[in-house]
Formats: sequence, C-alpha cells, structure tokens
Amino acid sequence: MAKILMKGNEAIGEAAIRAGCLNYFAYPITPQSEVAEYLSHRLPEVGGVFLQGESEVAVGYMLLGAAGCGARVFTTSSSPGISLMSEALSYMAGSQVPAVFVNIMRGGPGLGGILPSQGDYFQATKGGGHGDYRLLVMAPASVQEAAEMVMMAFPLAEKYRNPVMILGDGLIGQMMEPVEFPENRISPSNKDDWATNGMDTRKSSKRNLVKSLFLDPVELNNNNLVLKEKYARMKREEVRYESYNMDTDYRLFIVSFGTMSRVCRTAIDNLKEEGIEVGMIRPQTLFPFPEEAIFAAASKTDCSLALSIEMSMGQMVEDVERCVHGKCPVEWFGKCGGEVPTPEEIMDVVKGFLKSR
Amino acid sequence: MGKTFQRPASLAAMDSHYCPGCTHGIAHRLIAEVIDELGVRGRTVGIAPVGCAVLAYNYLDFDFQEAAHGRAPAQATGIKRVRPDLVVFTYQGDGDLASIGMGEIVHAANRGEKFTTIFINNAVYGMTGGQMAPTTMPGQRTTTSPFGRDVNNVGMPIKVAELLAALETPAYITRQSVIKPKYIVKAKKAIKTAFEYQLENRCFSFVELVSTCPTNWGLTPVQSVKWAEETLLPYYRLGELKNPGPAEGGCDAK
Repeated sequence: MAKILMKGNEAIGEAAIRAGCLNYFAYPITPQSEVAEYLSHRLPEVGGVFLQGESEVAVGYMLLGAAGCGARVFTTSSSPGISLMSEALSYMAGSQVPAVFVNIMRGGPGLGGILPSQGDYFQATKGGGHGDYRLLVMAPASVQEAAEMVMMAFPLAEKYRNPVMILGDGLIGQMMEPVEFPENRISPSNKDDWATNGMDTRKSSKRNLVKSLFLDPVELNNNNLVLKEKYARMKREEVRYESYNMDTDYRLFIVSFGTMSRVCRTAIDNLKEEGIEVGMIRPQTLFPFPEEAIFAAASKTDCSLALSIEMSMGQMVEDVERCVHGKCPVEWFGKCGGEVPTPEEIMDVVKGFLKSR
Repeated sequence: MGKTFQRPASLAAMDSHYCPGCTHGIAHRLIAEVIDELGVRGRTVGIAPVGCAVLAYNYLDFDFQEAAHGRAPAQATGIKRVRPDLVVFTYQGDGDLASIGMGEIVHAANRGEKFTTIFINNAVYGMTGGQMAPTTMPGQRTTTSPFGRDVNNVGMPIKVAELLAALETPAYITRQSVIKPKYIVKAKKAIKTAFEYQLENRCFSFVELVSTCPTNWGLTPVQSVKWAEETLLPYYRLGELKNPGPAEGGCDAK
C-alpha cells in the first residue's frame, strides 16, 4: 500500500470506509467539516449512506437508530457539537449499541474558538452525558495514528457494544501528513442477538428490543452492573500508551496526549542534548487510562515530579494525580485558546520545576 | 366459514397500563391489524416515544427501539437510510412530537424520509402528569396552565398536520380520530394507506389521531369523548391534507 498525503479530516473519513463503515451521519462544524465534504462524494462511490442531519442532536439519534438495527456507523463533530450528542451517547451506552464518534476538539467553553484544544478530556473520559457509563476513548497524535485508531474503533465498539470516542484536535483535523491505511482484517460482528434488524432477517419469531429504560430498580441495577463489568474489562484489555525516553534516570516525566505530545517530544530531545533526561508517557487510550504505567513511572527512586502538559486548563492532571497515589508530586502546564505551547516554553517550564526540587 | 375476531399476531397478549377511556389501546390495535394485514411483521421496527406510550413495545410484538424524547424521527431516519427494506414507524405524543421533537419531525418530513409517523394528539401531557402541551386548547386548564391556556402569553395551539402539509416535499399527511367507532373505521384506512405508501417507497407518511385523555382532562371517559368532539374536532379538522399524487408525477410534475 502506498503512502498518501492526506488532510487529517479526510484521512479519518477514508479510514472509516476502509474499516467497512459505509454509513455516516453528520453536521458541519469547524474545524472538521471537511470530513463531511469528503464523504459526501466518497460514500456514494462505494455505495454507502451519507446524510447531513439537521443538527448534532438529530445526528446522535440517527446513529442510535442505524446502529441499533445492526449497521456500522460513525460521525464526526467538534466540542460544542459533541456536547449536543452527549445525551445520545448516554442512550447508546445504556442500550448497549456500538458506534464511533470523532471529536476534533476546538476551544471552549461555550462558543469558544475554532483553534485546537484538548479541553474535552473530562467530557470524553467521564462519559459526556448523564448516568453511570464510560466511553472507550482514544487519542491520536498524528494523521497516521488517527486513521489507525478509526479503523480499530469499529471492532472495539462492537466487542463492547458501547460507543467509542476518538479525541483529536484541530491540528490533527487540518494538517496534512502521509497516511498508509492498514489492511482491514476485521469484519462486522453478528448482531442478531440484540439488533432490531427485523425478525425475518434473523429468521426468528422472537423480537429484539433496543432500550435503556428499566423501571424496576433491580433490573436497572443489573443493567448498570453489566455496563460496569464492560468498563472493568476495558481496563484489563484495552490500555494503550507509548513510553518515550523512560529508560533513563529521569527526575521528571511528562504525561501528554495527542499533538501536544509531539511538541513535548521535541522538548525532551532538546533537553537531552543539554544533559537533562525527561521521560514521557503518552496515553493512546484516555479511557482506560494507563494507570499502572503512570504509577510505575512515578515510583522510580529518582522521580521527583510528574508533569501533565495539556492544551486545556488542566483536566488530565487530575487523573495523573489519582494514579501516582502520592508517589511523587504532580504539576500541570498548559495553554488554551488555540495557543500551542512551544518546545522552548516547555523546556523552560521543566527546568523551572527541576530547579525547585 | 366465518371470520373469528382475534388478537392480531402483532399485538402482544398483555394487559396494558393505559387508563380507562384512553385511546392508545385502540391506536395500538389498529397498527397491529395493519401490520398483520400487510404481512410485514417480520420486517417492522417500531420506535416508542417518551410519554404514556413509552411501554408501547410491551404491547406490540415485533422489533422495537426506544427513542429519546422527541428524537424518534431521527432514529427512524437512521434505520430507514441504512435498511430501506425495513418497515419503520414512530409513535409519538404531543410533547414528544410537537414540543421537544418539532425540529426532528419537520426535517424528517421535509427530507421525505420513507417512514410512517403516528401522532397521538390529546392536547395535554399524559405521563408527566397533565401539563400543557403545544396542542392544548385556549382556556384549557392543565397542571402548568391552571388558569387556562392564555394565548396572549403562550400562543395558539399548533396544528401539526397543517404545518407538515405546508412543506413542498411530497408526503401523505392526514388527521383522523380514534374517539368513536365511526372515526376509528376511517383511522384504520388512513393508517393502512400510510404504510402502503411506505411499502411503495413513495414518501413520508403521517397520521395524526385526535385522542382522549380523561385522567388529565379531569373528565370521565364519556365526558371526554363529548369534549373532544365539541372542542378538539372543530379545531383539529379531520381529513386527508396531502398525498403524494400519482406515481409518475410527484413534485416533478408541477
């Protein structure tokens, strides 16, 4: 397979098709409208379904309907649009319906801005909508990784019968990088057990029901226990992260995800040349979070600080604090508004923290 | 050999929770009879609302999805777009369709989504305890309009069938009633016509059913039928408002 130079948004759209997802419902919002524009001509080429819904609210439920009858579906949006889909995410989790959502994050809160941010970490990793549920959340750091994660997301959503969220940012969406789409080896799963795909389709006289209402408290508690076990299984089986420069005697390690982690890499390389070793853990899944890896990193004798660097006012830092279990102090550095910290700024911050310990 | 009156296969052998004098049971039965007569039970997917009929799936025996409040037309759109061979219908009340779901129904109708909507109009919110609906009549007392609906404050009741019929996209739009046998006969014909249009893949089909809600109107079932005939039917006029025209024509033939 040849490498193609593609815009992140387009690569995300193409990756879904390569993963066998031919159904896309979406609403335009900056900075990800190019996904819909790309798929509006690409999906008809492959006999797929493209529909621009009237709002993100409606789109979230088009996904619930289509996924509920057994189709592989996805959508893309950006922060305010994802907020509008949050209720649908809760319904999907409660009804155990699989679908893939991509959030190309922009600045917030409110109308915010159209430049990149990582400010939806809480929303994604804590569920987004109401009730006891989680999303499986992945965070790509390159266009290539975004394409790979989109392709992984569909079988994961079907394995867990739960929505999967890919947390990108405006940089991932807009930049152009070489992409090589992996071969798709996973076919859609059999959904006859639960999907409303028609009794005739299943050759069954028993109907299927997609619902999340359980008025009886024992039944509802049982549904929640089923969901809880899914998330426990995700924690056992789906943690993905990358270690960078961790096989050194670092005194400080960075935790950073997405495009922010690439800037941190450059900072780490530059600091190495100055004789300062800094490690980094780059979570690739934000839920489940690489808790053990971070605890192990914090437990090394020389480690005196864990530094969470985010394009937000500090959201992932709370998970880092929780995971180090007091083994070392935890600090945060970041910026909002679309301003991306530079390698030099990060180097200064790291040196500042190291000086005071 | 005569014909035996029996429960349609699509109607579950269950006692419903609906109140005495409620017409949901009639509407459910008409749908079940039509689905059976058209022989499509094995490929039907119903979408239940949030409202008194939230448990409609307990009374109708085929595939069902539960929708969020007002979002059934969006869910139906999703199903119908990916599986156009399935027979899809939404069943919605005043709050679900005419309040929170107004955006979804207008846009689904405007796109000409090929599913059927059954709209139960009883001029009040049932399940949540009798609050005012967009379809509540002027002066009608409800738990959130205790002095009667004040049209100077909250406007006139919405005639949803007329609103949808005003869209340019071809559709089958009709308003019927299930409050008395003479209306029920016509309602069944309309429901069947609606599903037949869907089976032809012709257009969006919409059947508004003027209904009773004795519990939240504070009337007996018998008084309710009288009040519905005297107050609702003159405003919510029965009849076919729009049909898609002959098969060769449609909006292209203008």
